[in-house]
Amino acid sequence: MASLPPKHRLQQGSADAVGGSDTHHDRPRGIMRWVLTTNHKEIGTLYLLFSLLMFMIGGVFALVVRAELFQPGLQLVQPEFFNQMTTMHGLIMVFGAVMPAFVGLANWMVPLQIGAPDMALPRLNNFSFWLLPVAFTLLLSTLIMPGGAPNFGWTFYAPLSTTYAPPSTTYFILSLHIAGISSILGAINIIATILNLRAPGMRLMDMTLFVWTWLITAFLLIAVMPVLAGVVTMMLMDINFGTSFFNAAGGGDPVLFQHLFWFFGHPEVYIMILPAFGIVSVIIPTFARKRLFGYASMVYATASIAILSFMVWAHHMFVVGLPLVAELFFMYSTMLIAVPTGVKVFNWIATLFRGSITFEPAMLFAIAFVVLFTIGGFSGLMLAISPADFQYHDTYFVVAHFHYVLVPGAIFSIMAAVYYWLPKWTGHYPHLRLSQWHFWLSIIGVNLTFFPMHFSGLAGMPRRIPDYSLQFADFNMISSVGAFMFGLSQLLFVVIVFMCVRGGKKAPAKAWDGAEDLEWTVPSPAPLHTFEHPPQYRPVEH
Amino acid sequence: MRKPVMSKAEAEEITDRAPQVRRTVTRTLVVLAGMFVFAFALVPLYDVFCQVTGLNGKTSASAQTLANQDADMSRTVNMQFITRSSAGLPWQLEAHTRQVQVHPGASVEVYFTFTNLSDRTMVARAVPSVTPSEAATHLRKLACFCFQNQQLGPGESFKAPLVFQLTRELPDDIRTVTMVYTLHPQDSGPRQVQVSDPTFDQWLAGHVSALDLAMDNS
Repeated sequence: MASLPPKHRLQQGSADAVGGSDTHHDRPRGIMRWVLTTNHKEIGTLYLLFSLLMFMIGGVFALVVRAELFQPGLQLVQPEFFNQMTTMHGLIMVFGAVMPAFVGLANWMVPLQIGAPDMALPRLNNFSFWLLPVAFTLLLSTLIMPGGAPNFGWTFYAPLSTTYAPPSTTYFILSLHIAGISSILGAINIIATILNLRAPGMRLMDMTLFVWTWLITAFLLIAVMPVLAGVVTMMLMDINFGTSFFNAAGGGDPVLFQHLFWFFGHPEVYIMILPAFGIVSVIIPTFARKRLFGYASMVYATASIAILSFMVWAHHMFVVGLPLVAELFFMYSTMLIAVPTGVKVFNWIATLFRGSITFEPAMLFAIAFVVLFTIGGFSGLMLAISPADFQYHDTYFVVAHFHYVLVPGAIFSIMAAVYYWLPKWTGHYPHLRLSQWHFWLSIIGVNLTFFPMHFSGLAGMPRRIPDYSLQFADFNMISSVGAFMFGLSQLLFVVIVFMCVRGGKKAPAKAWDGAEDLEWTVPSPAPLHTFEHPPQYRPVEH
Repeated sequence: MRKPVMSKAEAEEITDRAPQVRRTVTRTLVVLAGMFVFAFALVPLYDVFCQVTGLNGKTSASAQTLANQDADMSRTVNMQFITRSSAGLPWQLEAHTRQVQVHPGASVEVYFTFTNLSDRTMVARAVPSVTPSEAATHLRKLACFCFQNQQLGPGESFKAPLVFQLTRELPDDIRTVTMVYTLHPQDSGPRQVQVSDPTFDQWLAGHVSALDLAMDNS
């Protein structure tokens, strides 16, 4: 808790213009302030710090994997522990880092962008955050249990995760249940806030793209997190109560697990990217000093992607023995997703076109997002081709693909959001020179890590294996060097955030020249209570 | 939602919106519950879907009647049998015929031998799977050891027949059908059936004699 930011300096006085205040009756002090808080800004900060901690822990696990893969042969860890590291890295990054970071950003920015005083259900908000430390303490505690942590990959396919799983799997199931409940409660809160607490006069089509993408994401969460809960409950019953949902010996079917998992899993990957689309769609117009090109088409494209995400799950399962008709259906439906995604990329580029662009750190990350996410999207299209996927399946090509959409995709968008909104959160600009160093080290590190994986994957290197043939040695060495470069440069990010909380160049209410959304009308740093009286909202023509 | 600590004006605004918020929350909770139920409903739905389409390569779990068809002598399908024992089960399942050429429409009989290699009485069941899965709905089993559990004493052996028919509706592009039997240990519960079931043996003896054994062991 020592790293939590100090109380906002702006105690009284300069809450000018739109107003807002930091005063509160009978506030608990010290640690209880954070345990009991129902304030959306404080809870948002907690989410973001929790996510940063998980990002670091998941990153260390990834570096254990990369260190082992630096050379062929087994050097540092046993294969069993290697499997635990790949599994825990995936679980922590997906459920502990990316998802809570987006929920944290939503907590902070959704009420500010729609002119609401707080989230609709503040106490529920507190509960849904504090479930997360419980869930991930449980999950991480499996590392010191007899038999070790889960070792079956983040996709936990049965029967690896049931019949052949370590005893700690029951803890893993419980932790996933708790994290799932947290996500569901967060989603309910966000939906209730966006639908009911908008400033008078603000129509749905007046909302920023960040709010829009989060609304759609929240609906995805409501739709698929219960399916995940159902799947892990079935696993729990298979392991402990003798049922046979996924056990062929008892009449069950392991392939059913994959269908159920990916019915959750594919919308889940869009849960991790749609808010990123929203963030980039607010940052690019700000620093291009133009309105977002094609606002309505952005909204419809996001909704189309969300709906299509329910119809493509079996493209993760092309090799389980689907009939030809199913292979074709899932191949074409997957390719169809490239259309709305293409609309979005086009709109970002059209927004940049003839804009007065400046390259602040937030903008650097946003532009890197557009370029590198598109590369990840293209390798996704290659994987969508069913006959080709038989070759690519479970190779490093898949690893390269989903890391391109998640690291320079989701993670870079979160970094961009942090650099964009830090002046609003802390009242200070982040250190410019260090931020630029952070960006360039990150982007070089990311590409050094993941680009060679395309080649090792196409050459046939399987994923999740601690050893490899000699011909993959050079690519793996480059990947490992890049991974350590990327990992270490994130320490710089921690330093930048810490420095920005402590001090730095003072930011005015409107911290960026081209920023037009509602959050820039409240003072920087945003006082604890904002928009206690709904702001007068004047719609702009999109 | 109880009223949180806040200023009067703020409280009034929030209470104005409280019914709307409650309605939104109720609706999302209904969707939530629906999706949880849907996840479990997918299990029987998947089974029905697979039974209709044969997608997961599962064959019928009980004896079917012989489809009244003439054997298509112009076409032969290569029928293969693979057997295996699941991890930790000290049994052996041996297919007497590894591979047989079958004419669609004709019924065929092959034999398997179960052996319990352990020193105690155990119960197991052979679970079948058909590849390609499109063939599953066209494979009719008239008699199969896979319909029941098998109980064997220490070192005991048991020879069991499989009588099946590939119907003429089998898609033309299928030239080889592979049948995998995996032995799985079973809890010896009330469902177990004695291996030497006299009625079954009688039925089989009467039935097999009437079969059109269009086998050609090449």
